[in-house]
Amino acid sequence: MTKDIILQLSIRSIRLNFLRSLLAALGIVIGVVAISSMGMMGANMTLSVTEELSAMANVLVVKANANGGGGGMMGPGGGGSGGSSSSDDDYISKDQLDDIDRAVGQYGLVYPLYQDTETIEVGDNEGRATIYGLRDEDMATVLTVEEGALPKTTSSVVVGPSFAERHGLTIGSRITIGDEDDDEAVVQKVRVVGILEEKGMSMDMNTDNAIVMPEKTFVGLFGGESEYDQVNVILNDINDADTATEAIENQLNRKEDEITVQDSSRMMESITSTVSTLTTFVMAIAAISLLVAATSIFNVMMMSVTERIREIGILRSIGTRKNEVLRMFIYEAVILGLVGAAIGAIMSLVLGWLVVLAMVGTTKYFFTFQSLIYVPMAMLIGIAICIFSGVYPAWRAANLDPIEALRSD
Amino acid sequence: MTAVPVIELRDVTKIYPLPSGNVLALDRLSIRIERGEFVAIMGPSGSGKSTLLNQIGGLDVPTSGILRITGRNIRKMSDDELTDLRLNTIGYIFQKFNLIPLLTAFENVEYPYILKHRCNDTTGRVSRLLNEVGINTRMAKHKPAELSGGQQQRVAIARALVNDPDILLCDEPTGNLDTKTGAQIMDMLIALHRQGRTVIIVTHDPSVGEQAERIIRIKDGKVDET
Repeated sequence: MTKDIILQLSIRSIRLNFLRSLLAALGIVIGVVAISSMGMMGANMTLSVTEELSAMANVLVVKANANGGGGGMMGPGGGGSGGSSSSDDDYISKDQLDDIDRAVGQYGLVYPLYQDTETIEVGDNEGRATIYGLRDEDMATVLTVEEGALPKTTSSVVVGPSFAERHGLTIGSRITIGDEDDDEAVVQKVRVVGILEEKGMSMDMNTDNAIVMPEKTFVGLFGGESEYDQVNVILNDINDADTATEAIENQLNRKEDEITVQDSSRMMESITSTVSTLTTFVMAIAAISLLVAATSIFNVMMMSVTERIREIGILRSIGTRKNEVLRMFIYEAVILGLVGAAIGAIMSLVLGWLVVLAMVGTTKYFFTFQSLIYVPMAMLIGIAICIFSGVYPAWRAANLDPIEALRSD
Repeated sequence: MTAVPVIELRDVTKIYPLPSGNVLALDRLSIRIERGEFVAIMGPSGSGKSTLLNQIGGLDVPTSGILRITGRNIRKMSDDELTDLRLNTIGYIFQKFNLIPLLTAFENVEYPYILKHRCNDTTGRVSRLLNEVGINTRMAKHKPAELSGGQQQRVAIARALVNDPDILLCDEPTGNLDTKTGAQIMDMLIALHRQGRTVIIVTHDPSVGEQAERIIRIKDGKVDET
């Protein structure tokens, strides 16, 4: 193999000024570590937030449009009996539900729900409660019971844990729904057969503080069979949110805006974009360290050129071409960059891991592509900066007048 | 003479433009040097002999006139062509030796060979040349700074010869050496001339100049005919 004598000269020059070169490379090391660990922190933060949020943000909520024409007719007995919700005028019909199911059934679970608020009585205490009605087949898939079982009859319900605690309900407790003082109102006494698992904040349905009953019981109380207050779509993959929203809108809003789709992944998007803005900002600050590194590389290269003017003169006078001198100094910059970037890469794996552990709290996502990509990225930036800083000194060296250069001491 | 002269200057003028006014370093100089000659170019400092050396050595180009080296007009050459001329046609020997400090003696000699052939010397030429100038294998592994002046100049001679140049151009080759070592170096150059090489020595030392076959005296940028 041909020994590249020009490369040899670069290597030897670096070796001769080992400490100086090492210090210059250190700037690159710091820059690479700063950029990649900040980048990795951001990536890990985004991934971690995304996962936390996607647990609750994978829901599309479809509601009838208040001004829409479809399903706007008053159903028989709809909204009459003590219900106070203004949305009673607008509901999603069975046909619309089928349309939604056809449009996005492949993306996840589609289920309709009834919702109302009503006066309730537990023992002697009166109050108001949110009541959800679910189809029997959806009950088992949508609800998770902590204690007891799902309601099987029209006189049994499940309640959320907060609701149960507030009203001192246990399995077997009785609740009276409806205002007993109002003669026209439908009143029903129900029994608590199960208490739901705590769900936390959710977009589709806040069961923690509500009563959930089968469709038949709900319709018995409030009427309006198959006039759903909202339809939820629980997506299997949050990335389908846009496609699914579009599909629903295309299916139902062809003529008029019958429905509106609330895409809770939008909220997640805005949070993730906030995180990434923050990351970019922090990385920009980290990039300043690379600017400092660039200056130090430039300085070292200029020193190297100045110190070696005479040597450059010799090289030129005995037949070294301009571009070979240029190459010699570019090589020097590249070697500094490569060494700095390589050390930086190893160190950023260690430091990045620690930063992620400290700032994000978990290193679960550390070894993912999105996170580790910042290491080669920062390396490339570091090497590029080195070459960039070396271009002018190298160009100067190559364009020295050999006679002048030979004359210098 | 029908053969192409190895160096031919015709009305060569070199003007250095300076803020204080143009300096006429070479004034319509005409010189002819044939292949195999041993010429000393002499003159006091400021006479233009260094400028002349730079022109002949392809480090600089004349402002006007014709300067042919082995028949090629160097004023028409690009920087890369001039560089290749220095690499292939001219062997430089400097007063200050001018070895590359980063390379060993061996590598210093091999360096122009690699530039020319794009590969390491596998023919043994470098070792043979070093041997001829009296640098043994052990010394060849040293860096220039570890060698004496005389040894460095020997290495420099070997380096000048490695690409088998047409012209051996020596700039005060004994200027930095003691008398005895200087004499050895001169003997070496004379021996090279006897082998048929064109040797040009630029010097202000009459005892060096005397050893050449022909002396060209330069004064005020012109050949001093007196």
